[in-house]
Amino acid sequence: MTVQKTERPPSGPTEVQTPDGGPRPRGPRRGPGRLAGLTPYLLLAPAIVATLLLLGWPLVTNGMLSFQNLNMRQFILHLTEWNGFDNYKEVLTGEDFWRVTGRSVVFTAANVVLIMILGTLVGLLLARLGRKMRTLLMVGLVLAWAMPVVASTTVYQWLFAQRFGVVNWVLAKIGFESMADHDWLATQYSTFFVVLLLIVWQSIPFVAINLYAATTTIPKELYEAASLDGAGAWKQFTSVTMPYLRPFLYATTFLEIIWVFKAFVQVFTLNEGGPDRLTEILPVYAYIEGMGNQHFGMGAAIALLTIVILLAITSYYLRIVLKQEEDEL
Amino acid sequence: MKRSPLGRIWPNLTAVVLFLIFVFPVYWMFATAFKPAGDILSEDPVWFPTDATLEHFKTAMDADHFWTMVGNSITVTAGAVVFSLIIGVTAAFALARMRFKGRRGFIIGFMLAQMAPWEVMVIAIYMIVRDADMLNSLIPLTLFYMVMILPFTLLTLRGFVAAVPKELEESAMVDGCTRMQAFRRVILPLLAPGLMSTSLFGFITAWNEFPLVLVLNKEADAKTLPVWLSSFQTAFGDDWGATMAAASLFALPILILFVFLQRRAVSGLADGAVKG
Repeated sequence: MTVQKTERPPSGPTEVQTPDGGPRPRGPRRGPGRLAGLTPYLLLAPAIVATLLLLGWPLVTNGMLSFQNLNMRQFILHLTEWNGFDNYKEVLTGEDFWRVTGRSVVFTAANVVLIMILGTLVGLLLARLGRKMRTLLMVGLVLAWAMPVVASTTVYQWLFAQRFGVVNWVLAKIGFESMADHDWLATQYSTFFVVLLLIVWQSIPFVAINLYAATTTIPKELYEAASLDGAGAWKQFTSVTMPYLRPFLYATTFLEIIWVFKAFVQVFTLNEGGPDRLTEILPVYAYIEGMGNQHFGMGAAIALLTIVILLAITSYYLRIVLKQEEDEL
Repeated sequence: MKRSPLGRIWPNLTAVVLFLIFVFPVYWMFATAFKPAGDILSEDPVWFPTDATLEHFKTAMDADHFWTMVGNSITVTAGAVVFSLIIGVTAAFALARMRFKGRRGFIIGFMLAQMAPWEVMVIAIYMIVRDADMLNSLIPLTLFYMVMILPFTLLTLRGFVAAVPKELEESAMVDGCTRMQAFRRVILPLLAPGLMSTSLFGFITAWNEFPLVLVLNKEADAKTLPVWLSSFQTAFGDDWGATMAAASLFALPILILFVFLQRRAVSGLADGAVKG
């Protein structure tokens, strides 16, 4: 998740576009007109070249690799052996890919549902708290949010450690004595449980804090009008707050789907997709097939299929965002 | 609206419980890092490090290549941030201030690039870098990190440039500045907060990046800190004190930056929405 923790640029006053035919605000005042027309493209050129070279080219390469028979031998000897759609045939007809895909979907759904529900509740709580308590909770949220993912994964390994881990100690104390020596990373479900806690814990702050920020922009008059009309607290919530927050929630849900679907770092650093490759989600599966087992062509095919899935979700997300920010573009 | 005493207490109580839940892992990381080994490996957890020790930090910092990796992390992060700022600010200016054909398309293109699934592209990137014979070098890492943070930098700065009143720039040009001078003397100083926060977010992204360096730089003296940290626990057996000290060292700069940034980010978001 790294990334970019705020996705939208802060919106400032937007430019006024002169309608067609109106006087152009700034004509090619200096220099020959042709050159001035080129200026924006020249300014954009470095960014575009860098993106095409370092993002576009790997994407194309990934596509080409996926049509090659590229294993250890070909890799060492620098051989290029095209094998058409063989990799895809093998991936798509095998059981593994579909099992991993299904697992990824369930994994993503479970995480995102929890993140959105709990994040919304925490955000609404922030809006209801007094100033002091809000600052306190905010500090806690920001600390969890800010933890570098590799660091927080390491901490979770320690929290859930078999010996001397705090979680096992607490569970044993509150009556689950059998948990005293529990190895959380020994089975598929308990490993996923730890990953899920880790991701949900670290993702709630983004949703909660931004949702709180969004609630502060709801005009007070709307609530006054609603209460004049005799709306109770619940009615105000469903008829003022929720409709106002809906576009935000919608966009955030998709953002979280994208982030969780490619949660490589958490899953890989916690247990490397183990035990027994049972917690591999798509990005981890592609990595282990490609880099780990040195079936680079196969790995590239899996990666490409994953990219296609992500691209579909992303373009849907962008459509939502663009619709909301239409006037800003 | 009247609220019963209970109605006033439960939100505060929930807030405290939530605070503890969110803070505890972070607290436990620092607490473990400062505890003497005996307090870490004890049947009942020691909740507060009473006799703090710096021993674990010493173990972590004395680990092989630690300082090389700190240097590597700083080099690739700073390089990526500086380059993407330079490239980003020129592009942001064009996108915010000029009208030209394909502008909207470029913006959408960069939005798409911002969501690029780098985690899934490691195999292809590995092949490219190997064929260029640049594995275990910091140059490809710096370049890829630059492009990783470029779309965010550029799109965010676009918002900041657009927020600078056009009249300021125009009056500078009426006063005889060229467009370039107007940009340098009028817009750039006003962009300082924007440059600041985008570069800090870029810093965080590049500092934390893991999958790419995992595949590209396998030699010990070419790694960066995230890879070091992820393999630390295996390398040091179950020395949780040293592992948590390592995690603390790695996380601390980011935690500080983030707490500092958060105010701006949230207030910026709120302001923007109010104005828009």
